[in-house]
Amino acid sequence: MKKKSWKSIPEGGIITTPGNSLKFKTGDWKTHYPEWNKEKCIQCLRCHFLCPEGAIKVKNGKVVGIDLDYCKGCGICADECPVKAIVMKKVGENGSD
Amino acid sequence: MGVIKKAMTGADAAAEAMRQINPDVVAAYPITPQTPIMHRFAQFVAEGKVKTEFVTVESEHSAMSACVGAATAGGRVMTATSANGLALMFEIVYIAASNRLPIVMNVVNRALSGPINIHCDHSDSMACRDSGWIQLYSENAEEVYENNLIAIKLAERVNMPVMVCQDGFITSHSVESMRVLDDASVRRFIGQYKPKHYLLDVEHPITSGPFDFYDYYFEHKRQQIEAMTKVIPAFYEIVDELGKLMGKHYETVEEYYLADAEFVVVSLNSTAGTVKHTVDELRKQGKRVGALKIRLFRPFPREDIAKYLRGKKAVAVLDRAATFGHVAPLYHEIRSALYEFPDKPRVVSYIYGLGGRDVNLGHITKVFNELESGTAQEENYLGVRDEDEP
Repeated sequence: MKKKSWKSIPEGGIITTPGNSLKFKTGDWKTHYPEWNKEKCIQCLRCHFLCPEGAIKVKNGKVVGIDLDYCKGCGICADECPVKAIVMKKVGENGSD
Repeated sequence: MGVIKKAMTGADAAAEAMRQINPDVVAAYPITPQTPIMHRFAQFVAEGKVKTEFVTVESEHSAMSACVGAATAGGRVMTATSANGLALMFEIVYIAASNRLPIVMNVVNRALSGPINIHCDHSDSMACRDSGWIQLYSENAEEVYENNLIAIKLAERVNMPVMVCQDGFITSHSVESMRVLDDASVRRFIGQYKPKHYLLDVEHPITSGPFDFYDYYFEHKRQQIEAMTKVIPAFYEIVDELGKLMGKHYETVEEYYLADAEFVVVSLNSTAGTVKHTVDELRKQGKRVGALKIRLFRPFPREDIAKYLRGKKAVAVLDRAATFGHVAPLYHEIRSALYEFPDKPRVVSYIYGLGGRDVNLGHITKVFNELESGTAQEENYLGVRDEDEP
């Protein structure tokens, strides 16, 4: 989402476009991001249940990936994974993976 | 019709302006340190003379919070407080300005405790000078009344809250002869308030007061800085209109005998009256003295001030508040306003009247004498005891 200048935003910090939180990616402040290894994963779903942001994507009862737009990089998934199928990697200079 | 002469205290004058303005919401803390402004306004509410929703809350923090809520909803909102009440409000005072809400608040200037004191002193409103509020100061009851009318229009024009300050007891509790406008003229002058965005506008829903981190907070502060630059032009448009109704001329500052004055005393609020009277007395003796009264303190009208003070021999700035660890606030800002000019006068500071300590003609005469003789130090104190009484 491109950021606007002080000249083109509403005064007083109000939001005049309801529902625009959908455009706000909350994961841009992480320093480390999780990398998921599909081959090692035993589909125990611990990461899915323990992720505080709901960023572990699950389809038909199986982990299918990680939503890095909303992952804040806390590392709980990697810490809890019993088979080390998730490891934390350092975020690049551009602020994302 | 037109202008009506009345006898009123400064507090009555504020309440009378509030009655004529008939705000949608007034939220106030009803007991000490509240002043007779709310006492009188509550009477207007009880007598049905205003249609205002009058909210008596449990603290000043809640008073300003209720004002923020009501102004966000889209109402025309007013309140009043004083001294420690203003201090207790401070968190929400800053939010009201940051949210760009045109609330008008009468502030009766009294000393911040401690030690505990309830008398005239500018430490309360000076503590709010960087809060983003516009500040108007009033020499007397008539100016309290006028400043309230100016404040409503100004606040709504620039989307910023305004404090209308008057001296505790000296102005707030003293009856004087003053002039007011008739109700119909005031209502025509202030007009209808039509906010651009407001919470109860269900056709155009908004979110007010969301998080605003490092990605946008700075931009919102930059907007506030820019908005302050629009205040002085708006002030002049409004006072030109009011001037026609009141038959007066208004500026952000008021000059008194400055055309040929060599020595000038600068002041705020009721002391300006004492200074002007002293100027009259000294002029009878042929002294080339004058006075400058600051009516609009925030934003600081530095161009108007420089226009009047450049080329003078010496200027004394009177402050009824101290800045601990640096020079007094008004002095600081007057000096800064003159810094770039090669023909700047010598500018000295006099701190006076803290906690309601009296200031009289003798004190002001002494200031003028010390300016003329060159005996004034850079920082001086008027009326403080340097020695034990014998």
